[in-house]
Amino acid sequence: MQLSIRRREELWFYTLISPWVLGFLAFTAGPLLASLFFSFTRYDVVSPPIWTGLQNYARLLEDDLFLQALKVTTLYTIITVPLGIVVSLGLALLLNRDVPGIRFFRTAIYLPTVTSGVALALLWMWLFNPEFGLINYGVAALTGWRGPLWLQSETWVLPALVLMALWGVGGTVVIYLAGLQGIPTELYEAAELDGATGVTRLWSITLPLLSPVIFFTTITGMIGTFQVFTTIKVATNGGPNYASLVYVVYLYNVAFRDFQMGYASALAWVLFIIVLLLTLLAFRSSASWVHYEDEERR
Amino acid sequence: MSMQSSDILPAKQARSRNRLGKKQQQRIWNTVTFIVLCGVVVPFVLPFLWMLSTSFKTLDQTVRFPPEWLPSPWMWENYPLSLTEIVPLYRYFWNSIVYSVPATCFAVFSSAIVAYGFAKFRARGRQAMFMIVLSTLLIPYPVVMIPQFILFQRLGWIDTYLPLIVPNLFASPFLIFMLRQFMQGVPSEILDAARIDGAGVIGTFWRIILPLSKLGLIAASILTFSANWNDYLGPLLYINSRDLFTLQIGLTSFVAHRGTSHWELLMAASVLATLPVLIIFFVAQKAMMQGIVVTGLK
Repeated sequence: MQLSIRRREELWFYTLISPWVLGFLAFTAGPLLASLFFSFTRYDVVSPPIWTGLQNYARLLEDDLFLQALKVTTLYTIITVPLGIVVSLGLALLLNRDVPGIRFFRTAIYLPTVTSGVALALLWMWLFNPEFGLINYGVAALTGWRGPLWLQSETWVLPALVLMALWGVGGTVVIYLAGLQGIPTELYEAAELDGATGVTRLWSITLPLLSPVIFFTTITGMIGTFQVFTTIKVATNGGPNYASLVYVVYLYNVAFRDFQMGYASALAWVLFIIVLLLTLLAFRSSASWVHYEDEERR
Repeated sequence: MSMQSSDILPAKQARSRNRLGKKQQQRIWNTVTFIVLCGVVVPFVLPFLWMLSTSFKTLDQTVRFPPEWLPSPWMWENYPLSLTEIVPLYRYFWNSIVYSVPATCFAVFSSAIVAYGFAKFRARGRQAMFMIVLSTLLIPYPVVMIPQFILFQRLGWIDTYLPLIVPNLFASPFLIFMLRQFMQGVPSEILDAARIDGAGVIGTFWRIILPLSKLGLIAASILTFSANWNDYLGPLLYINSRDLFTLQIGLTSFVAHRGTSHWELLMAASVLATLPVLIIFFVAQKAMMQGIVVTGLK
């Protein structure tokens, strides 16, 4: 049988991507539908699932811990993401200048992203140690106050977790730095001829040209913070008194401590919908503030 | 940006008048940047130094206030002790290698095959398929986590490394995206030339595509390895026996055993846990940066 070149290319395409297609069906699409189904059931893994209709979703509205988790995660996201963007943008602007030791500075700021997971949580538990930690030593040295209990304080646990997250902005800084280096220097020179000051140049050249990158990091940042798990599970396990109960820690507890797989699936789907809505919202808003170079030419 | 021709002349004169002033200004700005960077870099570096310093202290010295930076005496034995004393961390170290290395190789290799398909083969439905790949990046892991767990439980894979390794055989959307970016950079003329020389699709993949996307493969391997190495949720779900604990789970069991009363051993263990990723990062810094940039910008 003779196949046309076209057909043969198509055949190769589907052969080559078949590992992904299989994986997608088995580990993503299948589980996605399964968890949607489980979310309408009561299921403890041992006995078969029992259909309960919308009961799980109705229960969400009365579940104080769910509302708490939603509140904590939202708060954590709306503090961490914008703050992270401002900090990494500032750092990228500084690191984009040609000063002595720039390689050292860049490496030093990127390095924290290498520690992640449990070791990161342990390090920060020790830094935040109220009695012997470095941070309260700094607080005491600067203010004379012995400092808060941080991870053991309902008030201070979230600020502490935000600081912990900000320590890892290095990855975003690298992306911004590359974005900055992609801006043609002629634009700045022309602006300078026009007499634009540094602030104007930042506002009318740097930020618009960087807006696609800012957009990208906002979306990935939000998706990331809404799913934060390891550091918080290890450092506080959602405490004290649920003050740091982020969404996925709660979901994990419901699923794998209480074995309420049905309810946990409902929680999972609500998370999925939140993430989708956030992404959609970001895309919707992007038309008004994200500037793509290609559009300009059209 | 509009620039009237009448503005050009005076601006030019102004610039030549200011030339010396401008250079001087540049120098002042660079000095200011340098000083600011020196300050800014401190909170990024200090936690590492604190971790190192603590790891060499005696238990007694860790609980002194104000803290002392230099260990005295230097407790080198903290490191061997941290591997054996409280939990057999050396074994968990080995376990982490045993599952991370094959998981990484499988993920990168299978993703390279799929990325090759997406980058170099035209077919109906390619665009749609690629959109699905990208959109799966938005699906939070917790949404598929529960059905995946049930699936692997049915297969009898609980308490083995199979759930952590096998899904990697089916390519990862993030890596497909990243490697496709690199492979699209391989000129089609080279592929055509190879085809004329009689190389088949697979031969081209081995002899041209893979060598020419080396940087991408390295970056993909590092990112995947560190994601596996630092993974906490996966092993937490699937591994129950102490003998099979991975490093991250081992670190938390360390805390569970002794509370947090031995910060010097915990910090030594954290240093050791971070070291492999740190070393890889320094060895392949350039490839890694390229990888982050390529996935973040395009």
